[in-house]
Amino acid sequence: MNIEAKLGLDVFGLDKQPHIAIDQQVCQAVCRLRPCLFVCPAHLYTLDPEGRVQVNWEGCLECGACTVACQDKGLEWHYPRAGFGVQYRFG
Amino acid sequence: MERVDVVIVGAGLAGLACAYALAGNGLDVMVVERGDYPGAKNVSGGRLYLGPVRPYLPEDLWNQAPFERIVSKERLTMMADGGSTTLELSSVAFRRGGPPHSVTVLRGKLDRWLADVVAEKGILIIPRYKVEELLLQDGKVLGIRAGDEDIGASVVVAADGALSFIAEQAGWRGSHQPRNFALGFKEIIELPAKTIDDRFAVSPGQGAAQLFFGSITQGVFGGGFLYTNRESLSLGLVLGIQGLMDCQPPVEAHTLLDAFKERPEVVPLIDSGTTVEYSAHIIPEGGINALPRLYGDGFLVVGDAAGLALNMGLTVRGMDFALASGVIAARTILAARQRGDFSAASLAQYEALLKNSFVLKDLATFKNALHVLDNPRLYTVYPQAVTGILEQLLTIGPEPKGKLSATAIGEMRRRLLSWKTVRDAVGFLKM
Repeated sequence: MNIEAKLGLDVFGLDKQPHIAIDQQVCQAVCRLRPCLFVCPAHLYTLDPEGRVQVNWEGCLECGACTVACQDKGLEWHYPRAGFGVQYRFG
Repeated sequence: MERVDVVIVGAGLAGLACAYALAGNGLDVMVVERGDYPGAKNVSGGRLYLGPVRPYLPEDLWNQAPFERIVSKERLTMMADGGSTTLELSSVAFRRGGPPHSVTVLRGKLDRWLADVVAEKGILIIPRYKVEELLLQDGKVLGIRAGDEDIGASVVVAADGALSFIAEQAGWRGSHQPRNFALGFKEIIELPAKTIDDRFAVSPGQGAAQLFFGSITQGVFGGGFLYTNRESLSLGLVLGIQGLMDCQPPVEAHTLLDAFKERPEVVPLIDSGTTVEYSAHIIPEGGINALPRLYGDGFLVVGDAAGLALNMGLTVRGMDFALASGVIAARTILAARQRGDFSAASLAQYEALLKNSFVLKDLATFKNALHVLDNPRLYTVYPQAVTGILEQLLTIGPEPKGKLSATAIGEMRRRLLSWKTVRDAVGFLKM
């Protein structure tokens, strides 16, 4: 079962407004390690053809591992607004 | 501005335990929760040790709790490449009737139930309510802000979990350090209760807890876990975030869980099961050296938000600390009300009570745990050596067999004797 299929099992309240924003300035100029590509258990961070990091925030499990790993402060990470985001049934 | 006596931010176990212990004392208490229902944002491995929390919450509460299974069987599996070694403790003490030692839980059920209990005691619980910020004046907490609504409170209890943005905003802690946090993620795999009973050789209602360490984390500080629920298994990994960042070549965290599921030790346990949920959470592992400010003028910090969790390798705890710290916060608030004083000097009693309890005593005793466990040899050399030596001892081949003692000593010398392992042994003794 691939990661997209696993995320498909979870219940999400989909917001139109992203709760994660990437500061491309920091991401490209400062960060060498790009830990977000590896630590995210939902594998939401990917590189686009221009080598910039993109995030599919809709499938976020709200663990915050990316924001802890991003020590260069290239992520603006908030919890989704009330009523949105993942809603665990089992936890 | 609306005003209450106490606002508790977060309906997890710490926040709900605090509310439970405050109920019935004539205080106006409000619990706010950003999820659609209490538990909606909460994840644990999860096993709850009940022993430490018995002095804090009544036994008849636990008798009604929707626990999954009583853990009667403990397994520790050292994973090597091409094999593994498992220690199994089957304890009569864990199995006999009476109050259970530890139980498996699913937070979506447990937190919802505890919230209902708390609500029946007259506490207002508001889900779908996200606190944007604290109302602060000269370092004193005056209340909370959510959307365009301000609510004033004599005390705000930060029970908002491991990330605790409100503690960060108030300056009670610095930014999160990767070394002090682990990532936990898991699948819930459904299986019929009878299949679980048979597969783990447990009586109905009882279950197993199995921890795995070794080659499955590719040298990263962490391990795997498997807990039996009533009709499902919780199967997942815990990985140190700094370890993941340092791993060379880099490895995507989610692929380690897939590889774990394909191990021959795991395949027969989850066979024919259906994955129904995938969840993740971070775990504070910095211990006593990484605690934030725990109290101040008009506020207290409890549970994961306060970094109250402890990974001792063989046991991983957090929920018992959360419950106890929530109750201790409530006791502090009730005493502060008697004094009519919610200043930092008055609420300092919280830290004093924590220091006198298992919460900060255990964190102090195991202050070296993180340092000792953050050792790649624990996840590479040692599990490989144990399995390799046993394999040698237990293999009967065409050649005449050497003396067992000579084989064992020779293998140990070859695999384990180095200045690093001697230094590790000294380190383990510090725990």
